[in-house]
Amino acid sequence: MQDWAHWAIETAKRRGASYADVRVMDIRHRDISVKNGEVGTLAESESLGIGVRVITNGAWGFAATDRLTREGVQACAAEAVAIAKASGLAKRENVSLASEEAYVDTWQNPFLKDPFRVPVERQIDLLLAADREMRRVKGITLAEGSMSFRSIEQLFASSTGSLIHQIKMQSGAGIVAMSFAGGEIQKRSYPNSFGGQHMLKGYELIESLDLVENAPRVAEECVALHSAAQCPEGHKTIILGASQLGLQIHESIGHPIELDRVLGMEANFAGMSFLTIDKLRKLKYGSDILNVVADARLDHGAGLGTFAYDDEGVPAQCTPIITNGLFTGYLSSRETARAIGEKRSGGTVRCESWNRLPMIRMTNISINPGSWNYDDLIADSDDAILMETNRSWSIDDKRYHFQFSTEIGWEIKGGKIGRMIKNPSYSGITTEFWNSCDAICSREHWTLWGTPNCGKGQPQQTMGTGHGASPARFRDVRVGVAFSK
Amino acid sequence: MSVSASPSQNDNDHCYSFMATLRVRLQMKKPKSIASPAELRRIAERVLKLSDADETEVEIDATTDALTRFANNTIHQNVAEEIRSLSVRAVVDGRTARATTNKTDDESLRRVVASAGSLARNEPKNPDLLPMLRPQKYQKVARFFQATANTTPEDRARAVAGVCKMAERAKQTAAGIFASGETESITANSKGLVATYRQTRAEFSVTMLEKNSSGWAKANSPDIGTINPEALALSASQRALNSREPREIEPGHYTAILPPAAVLDLVGFLFYDFAGTAVLDKRSCFTGRIGKKVLGENITLWDDVYHPLQSGPAYDGEGLSRQKVLLVDRGVVKNLVYSRATAKKMKARPTGHGFSLPNEYGEAPMNLVFEGGNTSIDEMVRATDRGILVTRLWYIREVDPYEKILTGMTRDGTFLIENGRISGGIRNFRFNQSMIEMLSNVEMLGPAVRAAGEESFEMVVPAMKIANFHFSEVTKF
Repeated sequence: MQDWAHWAIETAKRRGASYADVRVMDIRHRDISVKNGEVGTLAESESLGIGVRVITNGAWGFAATDRLTREGVQACAAEAVAIAKASGLAKRENVSLASEEAYVDTWQNPFLKDPFRVPVERQIDLLLAADREMRRVKGITLAEGSMSFRSIEQLFASSTGSLIHQIKMQSGAGIVAMSFAGGEIQKRSYPNSFGGQHMLKGYELIESLDLVENAPRVAEECVALHSAAQCPEGHKTIILGASQLGLQIHESIGHPIELDRVLGMEANFAGMSFLTIDKLRKLKYGSDILNVVADARLDHGAGLGTFAYDDEGVPAQCTPIITNGLFTGYLSSRETARAIGEKRSGGTVRCESWNRLPMIRMTNISINPGSWNYDDLIADSDDAILMETNRSWSIDDKRYHFQFSTEIGWEIKGGKIGRMIKNPSYSGITTEFWNSCDAICSREHWTLWGTPNCGKGQPQQTMGTGHGASPARFRDVRVGVAFSK
Repeated sequence: MSVSASPSQNDNDHCYSFMATLRVRLQMKKPKSIASPAELRRIAERVLKLSDADETEVEIDATTDALTRFANNTIHQNVAEEIRSLSVRAVVDGRTARATTNKTDDESLRRVVASAGSLARNEPKNPDLLPMLRPQKYQKVARFFQATANTTPEDRARAVAGVCKMAERAKQTAAGIFASGETESITANSKGLVATYRQTRAEFSVTMLEKNSSGWAKANSPDIGTINPEALALSASQRALNSREPREIEPGHYTAILPPAAVLDLVGFLFYDFAGTAVLDKRSCFTGRIGKKVLGENITLWDDVYHPLQSGPAYDGEGLSRQKVLLVDRGVVKNLVYSRATAKKMKARPTGHGFSLPNEYGEAPMNLVFEGGNTSIDEMVRATDRGILVTRLWYIREVDPYEKILTGMTRDGTFLIENGRISGGIRNFRFNQSMIEMLSNVEMLGPAVRAAGEESFEMVVPAMKIANFHFSEVTKF
């Protein structure tokens, strides 16, 4: 890997690049899925290549190749420089980067069991056992389960002398029960929807999820939803389960704080942000109890946004995003940090693979635990709806107006959980919603959820992000509009 | 106030001097090097020889892609990649699995072949697995354009520079992409089947921004010569200009006029509902509705990879020839598409729409073609007393799978129509709308064109004037 990096950087410098960095990445995947008692997907893949990013004549260029001969790597670096020169045809200002030291380091996330060494037969058996348990429940018309594993070995090198070797192991799994009856399709997922739980861990994560043990409950809840009461329309107090709150954080805090969006760089596709620069350290984002951080350090947990260095060689950091309700920080890169006068990047630049340009991505965007015991929170709520497990999500291109629906809900009356609610949904304006938060559960109810499917950029990149959250309560929220006629 | 209501995708036939010059120049360039069909065939033959599985299938893609991205009237990202993908499927004693690599040296080929076989040996037997196909015949499709393959970073940068200058002259800010690329593919198996395909692709998308408004346009084609960046930018610029100072109006049920890009992003969510597997699994909105009239009389829909405005190979993931399938005939759901295994389960004929095996999803129509009408968007506006003209929809997600309720937002130019005229820009709406109801409420259809959006793959769709479209809430801009 080091030879390839060296060839690329030397070629870029020789061709006139004032700065160059490279990412050599060797990525391995294993994906398994089952459906209704049969194996669906059973596949492994590997991908090895190099991406070269340069600044030449004050403009960016990037090229990537999997032709890892000396000739192939040098041609790739030369193409990056040629592309940068073409970028100069439509350039307003020279690219300028916030300063960063050079680092030589090696890091690997800790894990107990290498999932690629666990026999695939055992992994299939576990999914089929959970599938069987779900289909035992009368009324289940579709049962699914999946596991995915990623191993990423990467080398970052820069023309300023950084040489950073990182190895990451990622695991995830989940199950889904679906039921069609009476012109209605209902669905329950465990431990989360859209692929389950994913973390920077080994196979020990899968074993800790207790998929088989939870399968009957998931299936029973799914069938019961058909006869549950429809979510009412109106304004209500709502309590969000931790995984749903994780996605709420992702969409209405994580994306709007991306500084490239704020500065207009994503205007054509992902959109912009309501969090213009004038709002930094001035906007009351949420209520006084709301504290949110962007934390890529291992101390925060083994999240999908955990690493030692980002993909432009900046060490992992913890940035306060919302402090006692006040908006206090963005996600930044070396280029965007400089653009708003910050001394240093927040270290949040990441790329999906060797053939993708690194860009600002969420790390672990987490809400700090509050002080409430979960049972006390329920007991303290007179008339509310508890909503759990995301079913759909949507937010406007400046991240103001959102609508979420969840798989299941429960009515809370007089401090007790009552009847089941189907098709729960809620909507609102980001800052109004977060300012209505009046209770957050404590550390013992806090989970670092993994979102493995965050899309951004052109060409689009899929990235895993982490979101620590515990159940929280919000007052006077509009509910039920998704199904209103 | 007047707004050019022509959808951006219809602007492609304007011939501007810039594009004419570019086309001539591009035709004269030497082609870039990409793996030749002969080279791919040689690697495929090598893989098949290395395998000792009962049956073996190999898929190889060699791709080059480049994308120039601009924002704030400057190029801020400019990328290119070359990548190969070699994927092997092994069948061992009624079991099948897949392994993929991007390395083509002999040792890697041996490893990927061994890996596919090893995975297959360690799973239960698959009762639905069918023998691999013998050699097939395919109808030819021509989707490779040398001018697209020859496009250089300088070509894209010059076009972008022109658009940025246009924005500066109009005191607007431009953001978007100009992309081009090509792929060579081969699918071969140990029964002698060989299928090859080559395609180019080009795409231009632009957003023009003002202080409190924006406009958008996008086009996508295998032939870069049909894409006119200046015309698309002008269309986006006019929308931004005409939606200045948007006012807030009450959400509710309105007549909506959706250009093809907006229609595409909605109806694209229906594509998997036409899969035989989706109906078998009871997760399709057409479960229990096949043969019934569930959509309007004016809705007829095909899957047709051979349509001149479509793209993609003429064979499916197993190498079976794709059939043209009538999915909806005047509102009646007539047919589904089937992979070979699904067809056997459902006692139907395979239609050549299967995904690469193994997978749990079966198949899907990937080349949707709606029958259009002959009403222009301008005529639709003139025929509307009060309604909403949309430019683009965004962040669309499924709320209810059986009534097919989708939610999402309008974006980049939303206009109020009053008394047959566009009276100005309005703040963006959230919608919650059943697709079944929407396609039962279509009052007018425009000509079907190749449209490009963000939420769905490209397809051939018309603009639609729709009664009673449910805009449920309004945002702050």
